[in-house]
Amino acid sequence: MDKLAFGVTMMVIGIGGTFFTLAILIWSIQLLKKLFPLTAEDGGKSKQS
Amino acid sequence: MLAEILTGLSGLTEGVQFLFTLGGLKNVVMLLIAGVLLYLGVKKEVEPLLLVPIGFGCLLANIPMSELMHQGIDTGARQVFEIIGTPDAAKALMKEDTGFLRSIYNAGIANELFPLLIFIGIGAMTDFGPLLENPKILLFGAAGQCGIFLTLLLALALGFPHLQAVSIAIIGACDGPTAIYVASQYAPELLGPISVAAYSYMALVPIIQPPIMKALTTHKERTTHMPKVKRTVSPTVKVVFPIVVTIVTGLIAPKGLPLMGAIMLGNFMREAGVVARLTKASENEIANIATLFLGIAIGATMGAEAFLKPTTLTIFALGFVAICLDTVVGVLFGKLWYLLSGGKINPLIGAAGISAYPMAARVVQTQGQRYDKHNFLLMHAMGANTGGQIGSVAAAAVMLSVLKGMGLI
Repeated sequence: MDKLAFGVTMMVIGIGGTFFTLAILIWSIQLLKKLFPLTAEDGGKSKQS
Repeated sequence: MLAEILTGLSGLTEGVQFLFTLGGLKNVVMLLIAGVLLYLGVKKEVEPLLLVPIGFGCLLANIPMSELMHQGIDTGARQVFEIIGTPDAAKALMKEDTGFLRSIYNAGIANELFPLLIFIGIGAMTDFGPLLENPKILLFGAAGQCGIFLTLLLALALGFPHLQAVSIAIIGACDGPTAIYVASQYAPELLGPISVAAYSYMALVPIIQPPIMKALTTHKERTTHMPKVKRTVSPTVKVVFPIVVTIVTGLIAPKGLPLMGAIMLGNFMREAGVVARLTKASENEIANIATLFLGIAIGATMGAEAFLKPTTLTIFALGFVAICLDTVVGVLFGKLWYLLSGGKINPLIGAAGISAYPMAARVVQTQGQRYDKHNFLLMHAMGANTGGQIGSVAAAAVMLSVLKGMGLI
């Protein structure tokens, strides 16, 4: 594979893949927060993190 | 009698004699570089935990005739040679032992162990709470890795082979262990300069980033206030998070699983709270021991022949460009988000999307307060910064998996 094709492929899939992976993680975190919401036992909603 | 004495004395003077040869001059230069690294670590406190062992490893490796990086023949190979029978020349070679520094290198760099042990410690030290409170900020962690891929193009354009270019570009992850992990596998001949560049630029983040942040943002953008971070995340989410990250990233980019798995193991132990001794050991003893040996072994790779090349300067230049580009893309991404959110996101946060934790977050906080003393960006910046830690490992994992898909590794 020539260097230009390699570089462009790595850039496109690399940046796209990184954003895609982190987007899935964002969605997963939001799902986790819905599945396991903060309860009063955990310390309520008004505390500073 | 006199001849014997002179022969014996030559054993004491070989090293000094070598220093006065052309080859020895290179060693003198490397000893000076070792001195500079030790000076920066000790006197200027630039990443002392790394630069002190790296500097001393470099010092040891460049003392002539010391043979500390000599690769001997291991016991198994010796037994095989004894069974099959070997000529006298081979028998002489078999007597040579592996040098002290080479043993450390083989024990933890050649097999990628030390960076992974350090990653367990990093995971045990990191609080992903601010990131979990506002998960969308994780996108800054992706934007902050763009410098890696842009630098890869530059390195290829400068003539580096594919795998060397990838290893150099990873300096842009701003993440020492990741850079070492990738370089030790795919460009071990460049491990010394890549590691030193990675850690040096991580230490220089407070100097490199502010001018870029100022140049790319308006005063109004820099003084944007963001709402206080409120606690909305339950302890259960914090415990489950590292497991989910491990599975998701492992499925998408399995070649990076050792890196992500190690950092998430450390974080899982921290959040689970039931293995306090292991967590404490991971973030203290284990990380400290691994850091010491990792530093010495990296310093040992800085032999004169390997380090004193024009490519070393090119690698340092490309590393600098990579971290600048990370910051540029991060801040520009912040500006885009500022526009899309109607001015609710301070674009400076984008500069924290790199892996230099918590340094990049502190830089954002300092710069935010420089233009408005009542602006508190630290918690948001911490979120982006921990996102940068995940992002840098994810970027490396994606890169390695794509390389595997292409059949290059």
